Amino acid sequence: MKHTLSVIVEDRPGALTRIATMFARRGFNIDSLAVGPTERQGVSCITLRVDCTQHSLEQIEKQIHKLVNVLRVTELVPGEAVERELMVIKVSAAADRRAELITTAAAFNGRVLDVGPDAVVFELVGTPEELDAFHELCRPHGIVELVRTGRVGLSRASTRRQARRLAAIN
Amino acid sequence: MRMRGADAILRCLEAEGVEVIFGIPGGAIMPTYDAMARGTTVRHVLARHEQGAGHMAEGYARASGKVGVAIATSGPGATNLVTPIADAWMDSTPLVCITGQVRTTLIGTDAFQECDITGVTMPIVKHSWLVQDVSELPSVMKAAFHVARTGRCGPVLVDVPRDIQEAELEFEYPDSVELPGWKPPRTVHPLQIRQAAEALARAEKPVLYVGGGTLNADACDELRELAETGRFPVVSTLMGKSAFPETHPLFAGWPGMHGAKWSNLAMNTCDVLVAVGARFDDRVTGKLAAFAPGATIVHLDIDAAEISKLRTADIPVVGPLAQALARLTQEVARLRAEGAPAPEVWLERIASWREEFPLRYATGGEFVKPQWLLEQLQELTAGEDVIFTTGVGQHQMWAMQYLLPERPRTFITSGGLGTMGYGIPAAVGAKAARPEATVICIDGDGCFQMTCQELVTAALENLPIVVVLVNNGYLGMVTQWQDMFFDGRRSHVHLDSSMPDYAKLAEACGGVGIVVREREELRPALEEALACGRTVVVDVRVDPLEQCFPMIPAGAAALDMIEFVETVEAEAS
Repeated sequence: MKHTLSVIVEDRPGALTRIATMFARRGFNIDSLAVGPTERQGVSCITLRVDCTQHSLEQIEKQIHKLVNVLRVTELVPGEAVERELMVIKVSAAADRRAELITTAAAFNGRVLDVGPDAVVFELVGTPEELDAFHELCRPHGIVELVRTGRVGLSRASTRRQARRLAAIN
Repeated sequence: MRMRGADAILRCLEAEGVEVIFGIPGGAIMPTYDAMARGTTVRHVLARHEQGAGHMAEGYARASGKVGVAIATSGPGATNLVTPIADAWMDSTPLVCITGQVRTTLIGTDAFQECDITGVTMPIVKHSWLVQDVSELPSVMKAAFHVARTGRCGPVLVDVPRDIQEAELEFEYPDSVELPGWKPPRTVHPLQIRQAAEALARAEKPVLYVGGGTLNADACDELRELAETGRFPVVSTLMGKSAFPETHPLFAGWPGMHGAKWSNLAMNTCDVLVAVGARFDDRVTGKLAAFAPGATIVHLDIDAAEISKLRTADIPVVGPLAQALARLTQEVARLRAEGAPAPEVWLERIASWREEFPLRYATGGEFVKPQWLLEQLQELTAGEDVIFTTGVGQHQMWAMQYLLPERPRTFITSGGLGTMGYGIPAAVGAKAARPEATVICIDGDGCFQMTCQELVTAALENLPIVVVLVNNGYLGMVTQWQDMFFDGRRSHVHLDSSMPDYAKLAEACGGVGIVVREREELRPALEEALACGRTVVVDVRVDPLEQCFPMIPAGAAALDMIEFVETVEAEAS
């Protein structure tokens, strides 16, 4: 099962490497990874997507938590969190197919970043599932290139903000 | 006060109360060695190889309970520390390694003796720092010591470029550390303690399974209190050895691959198993799925990540062990007073297993038997202030089986990483920590040849150690595996017991050499070695074919252990 972890770290040299190394060493695979600043100076957020069992997830959380530069680890639980991702996609489009593609992108709140003689570049922001859907719709046209940022997220404002305690830690 | 970075490093060590450090100088660490020459209260022990320096620092830490410090230059000096760092990581030994680094302007240019040692060691340190601004040096050093010894102990690395050592700073050693992300648990949860006590006090067949964390936490008195209050039998892992007096009536032996059958029977048929600073290592559990089936697991550990890592804990207790054990003892005492009976039937059962399944070996034949050698050594040193260290292999397992330490921190060995060559340098470090104690390294001939240059360090630094060489002329444990599991195909395991000439080598290194070939020579030789006050190697030529039993084959269930008698019969038929 896939899980999203939000790791708040001190912005120090090697902080990301330490987390990545820990994943590699313990044999855990990272599906996606996004790093960026937060509301606090000198503090970054690393959002990781991992595919593992609940037992492994607790192991991962505890191992990450032990790292000296890590301030907080939380799981972004579906339903209790909002997640977004950015995709930039270059789709083959001869002049006669452009309008159809742009209409489809508009349905996903996509933006046209660039138009060339035989391709269009779109920008899409949405849930990872929405991006997957648009990706599928583009596929028949021919995808020239595609990049995604990896998801980022926050716990919802409507649910009471509560750090999820690890089950095994009393 | 204004000073150079190099001097600041020494002032930091002094402020931390460091008495002795182990190392070797070289280009990138020269400013710091120059600062030593200008004066410091810290003693420096000059090792002959950085690996030796690292293991000495480990031996020092294990014997003293303080943080061990090793220092080396950049590049090869630093990479030679990698094995001790990995060893300290696996065995949770508090270690601060200080390495020189090439100048900041040269970092990343493949400069002479440049190595990204923080990168190399990242998976095997608790934390590491590459100091890039001299003003950070005091706070980094403070943090390094703090991280090494708080929470679950372990190694840290401070990499200091040469120009940082030369740069000036306004020195002030900080009173406190600023590490917002480092918050090891300080208290235990009362509810968890109550649950653990209920389970333990009402158990019919309880066992305390004690690991090295108990020694690291200085919780041996509390452990003994708990065992005596509740009348609980105690099994001790290799790393936990010496946490509980092994001559105590409640001591129930050693679990695992070469543990005693009676200990494994107790551990695997118990109804409540309390792991105290132990981590369910595969060498202890054997086949995990078949380990202690049906036992309720209570797991006491300072490291939450150990809880349910391998065996799911029914009652986890995370926090400092001394506190956890003391509170547990209070609760157990209360429950006993309220009528929960002590497990006397179970203790009798274990005692009868002990009678039925003692450690056994063949006593005939022309050779000195290694087990007998260790029995003699135990007899000679019982009650004395001795510290044992070992290498890794058969001799280590026999040392575990036949030596019965009674005081904490008197059995020092490489458990998790299984580092051959650990014994001699660890003994030198232990001697530096406890000069009044007699330090005895039980070593194998394979291990000896990996780090024997440190005999010179022992001799020249006036840190005399006694090396008892269990010399069978083979890489014994590998030979045993080849004989048992690889159809007896001996592949590159023969070393030759007479080459090098260990006694002459000992003399060449400034020590005393004694050779023992006959049984009757052993006792006088050991007596002479223990009395001579110099570094001495007793080269005991033991039975080259002796195998270590009992044994749980790797991956087998603990109760499917191979015993000595069965093997002999199998070979005869």
